Amino acid sequence: MTMTSRRIFLKQGAFAFVTLGFAPSFLARTASAAGGDGRRRQLIAIFQRGAVDGLSMVVPFGEADYYRARPSIAIARPGGDEAAALDLDGFFGLNPRLRPLEPLWRARQLAIVHACGSPDSTRSHFDAQDYMETATPGVKNTADGWLNRYLQARREQQATPFRAVSLTTQLPRMLQGRAPALAVSQLAQFGIRGQAGDAAGASFEAEYAAAADALLAGTGRDAFSAMKMLKAADPSRYQPANGADYPRSPFGQALRQIAQLAKSDVGLEVAFADIGGWDTHVRQGAAQGQLATRLDDFARAIAALAADLGDRMDDTVVLTMSEFGRAVTENGSGGTDHGHGNAMFVIGGGVRGGRVYGRWPGLAVERRHDGRDLAVTTDFRDVFSEIVARHLGVADPRAVFPGYDVQPAKYPGLFAAA
Amino acid sequence: MAVFFTFAPRHRSNRPMKPILVIGIAFCAIAAGSTVAGTAGPAAAGDEATIVHVLNRAGYGARPGDVDRVRTIGLRRYIDDQLHPDRVPDPAMAARLADLTTLRMSSSDIARDIERPQVEARRARKQQGANEPPPQPPPPDPVQQKANSVVVELSEQKILRAVYSERQLQEVLTDFWFNHFNVDARKGRDRFLLTEYEREAIRPHVLGRFRDLLGATAKSPAMLFYLDNWMSADPNGPHLEMRPPRVARGPFGGRVLVPATPRPQPQGKNAPKGLNENYARELMELHTLGVDGGYTQHDVTEVARAFTGWTIENPQRGAGFRFEPRRHDAGQKIVLGRAIKAGGGESDGELVLDILATHPSTARFIATKLARRFVSDTPPPELVERAARRFRDTDGDLREVTRTILISPEFLAAAARGAKVKTPFEFVASALRASGAEVEDARPLVRELQQLGMPLYMCQPPTGYADAADAWVNTGALVNRMNFALRLSSNRLPRVTVSDIGAHANTMLVEPISESTRTTIAKATDPAQIAALTLGSPEFQRR
Repeated sequence: MTMTSRRIFLKQGAFAFVTLGFAPSFLARTASAAGGDGRRRQLIAIFQRGAVDGLSMVVPFGEADYYRARPSIAIARPGGDEAAALDLDGFFGLNPRLRPLEPLWRARQLAIVHACGSPDSTRSHFDAQDYMETATPGVKNTADGWLNRYLQARREQQATPFRAVSLTTQLPRMLQGRAPALAVSQLAQFGIRGQAGDAAGASFEAEYAAAADALLAGTGRDAFSAMKMLKAADPSRYQPANGADYPRSPFGQALRQIAQLAKSDVGLEVAFADIGGWDTHVRQGAAQGQLATRLDDFARAIAALAADLGDRMDDTVVLTMSEFGRAVTENGSGGTDHGHGNAMFVIGGGVRGGRVYGRWPGLAVERRHDGRDLAVTTDFRDVFSEIVARHLGVADPRAVFPGYDVQPAKYPGLFAAA
Repeated sequence: MAVFFTFAPRHRSNRPMKPILVIGIAFCAIAAGSTVAGTAGPAAAGDEATIVHVLNRAGYGARPGDVDRVRTIGLRRYIDDQLHPDRVPDPAMAARLADLTTLRMSSSDIARDIERPQVEARRARKQQGANEPPPQPPPPDPVQQKANSVVVELSEQKILRAVYSERQLQEVLTDFWFNHFNVDARKGRDRFLLTEYEREAIRPHVLGRFRDLLGATAKSPAMLFYLDNWMSADPNGPHLEMRPPRVARGPFGGRVLVPATPRPQPQGKNAPKGLNENYARELMELHTLGVDGGYTQHDVTEVARAFTGWTIENPQRGAGFRFEPRRHDAGQKIVLGRAIKAGGGESDGELVLDILATHPSTARFIATKLARRFVSDTPPPELVERAARRFRDTDGDLREVTRTILISPEFLAAAARGAKVKTPFEFVASALRASGAEVEDARPLVRELQQLGMPLYMCQPPTGYADAADAWVNTGALVNRMNFALRLSSNRLPRVTVSDIGAHANTMLVEPISESTRTTIAKATDPAQIAALTLGSPEFQRR
């Protein structure tokens, strides 16, 4: 979407609210923020909780060691039937159940960073998720998440209650911190509920509107503005665009709601969703089975999101991550145990896609981390910091990544340097 | 004295609430500002506003009738009693907790009766799963549910005690100190260890000596597991532990000398591989000195060396602390400039705890945190200094430090009134108390607290939950609080019943009450709505 058409859309959107009798107080602020010097950039962060098997997502079919290590769960080399990997670059292939993402790769909107992860070698889901969300590997008492530090680093005078939204019941660690962020699992349920909900809502609103308590009054006003906006947008009647077909799964519905917020022009800048079920110690499967089913949901939901956002993908990055990868060698139960390096997807119109980034360490035993896991050659903070700097436009992202030597030279190169 | 803690029979009926004229009158009285000393300046001890303030801070807020009871026994006496919970009869509490059977179990009982059956069931399921595809969706698993019940029952206990215990200050301090020495139930086996941890490492010491509390947490399996010290080992180990030579009966009846032999070494992938600094760092940063308390990374490493070998005896059986000499780094350590001689073994860790517990930075850090809990997010420096001095003068007597704060002019000052935003837990507990709710089953409230963003016993970082307003004031959380107020007031929380809810509303809010809240409540007629608007108001979010 060009700048002009964006402005027209925004005007129409604002007009629609006015005609419905709702004029959320922050809508004017949003309009002015988007109409300023820069385009509003968005980041949609997706966490695959439980440690997805990156070697099954992005298959190094060029490595004989891969097939030796995984006699029953490897994804076949490209060129065979539907169970074979989809050739990306002659060495890596996409899991066939990630086929919905293939068009994004062909359109050079999907980049992959492989052998990516943490310098800390913990194999605890708990600690590794914590380190990835705070972006301080090895340091447990970091007060806030890195997405929240981003929100703090780029103070937004015009911030709306929807600047940072997590489609989860509780705010993830990544978004916890001093900057406001909203956790809401169902947009349609964000409001005062019950038989007398509307009357009670109006009364609560009156209490908070003129409260002497500045902190609570301001938050209360934003809460009621947000409720009205959502009511006007009527989440239950949302129609995705461009034939986007979201899975009915919780993850699919979370991404659908993110798209809806993004398209409502309510000031969304950072969105978060997560998807579990990746801890495949037993009977992982290959092109069919447990892991394949999760990947199918994952890929169809993201593909639907990208289609639904349409031109907005020019200003959006979708980033996927998981706390660590899984061991190279399959275990005795047809599954994989906790490992180290993993693969991340970075999707967006501004991404230099169609490439697998990162130095590939190889799968020979002596090349592995601890002799068993895919080694890490790209620190995940290099990916995060490049996105914060070159996509979200923070000139100096060091405050977002305390204790880390952020260096443009270490960026994978997912975006053109400014 | 006991008479003041005897309460009228609780409302056990489930009858729906009736609109009662007196409720409206009570609120009109608030609106007119006639029942609460609003702008009278620093109030004389014993006036209503001061009593409400003390009940809000030294406890989880006033129940109907509490203000009169405290006035009768006197505020100073009330605070003194709260500082000696053994003097406060609490006869009804045991009955309320009777059904929560895991509360009284040891960690080894829990491991044997709950954890191991769960592990075995999971193993059996995996073996079965190797032959057939898993059913979709999986049916509810009774063994798994029982495993989850340990933390659920612990959470129910926390809510029930906060709402009903007469020993309110003990509950506030148990919450405070658990949070100070936070352990997250979601980290592996910790969900089976927290019951004993709170009951034996935290609760008995909250008004005792800080050093005892520190030592109890340091040796608790819950903390050893949470901050990984149980697997910390000298990277140059494992060291041989010699069985001393002994005299035994020989094969032909004679006596022979059996030479010293090394004991078997731990092996396999779970054998400890090296030094783990997590506990050492958090011990200084979060438990004692504070982040600016004057230690270096070198001190962290030295402290970690001192604690090598502090581990868990037979973790799968839920056993307790054990010192493992084979993992211990026996060399000399220098901690905060003080030498710990080589060869001290287990006592190295004890010496470190002694050094930290008596360090002036610790006194100051603990005094600051307590003053922040009881007085304001930015506590007056003079008060912090007095409390820190009391800590040093009494060798870390927490009863005396707490008393110093609770009887201070800063605590009773008008500026402190309503200065704190309630955490979700404080909000829920105080709403239940203010409304005189009868909780037959606290599990719905455990779920409510998850919705409100404060899942009990599940704070991920070792920092614990924040004790400052900005962590708890955001749009989503505020909407959830209003919805909770509505559900509670209209009896829509399952197995939680309120009756005559608005009748004692004059203790629900802290002055000053803003004009918008007064007029909004005055316009409402339905008592459930009046109560909801009171509990969901900006004023009730503060204490």
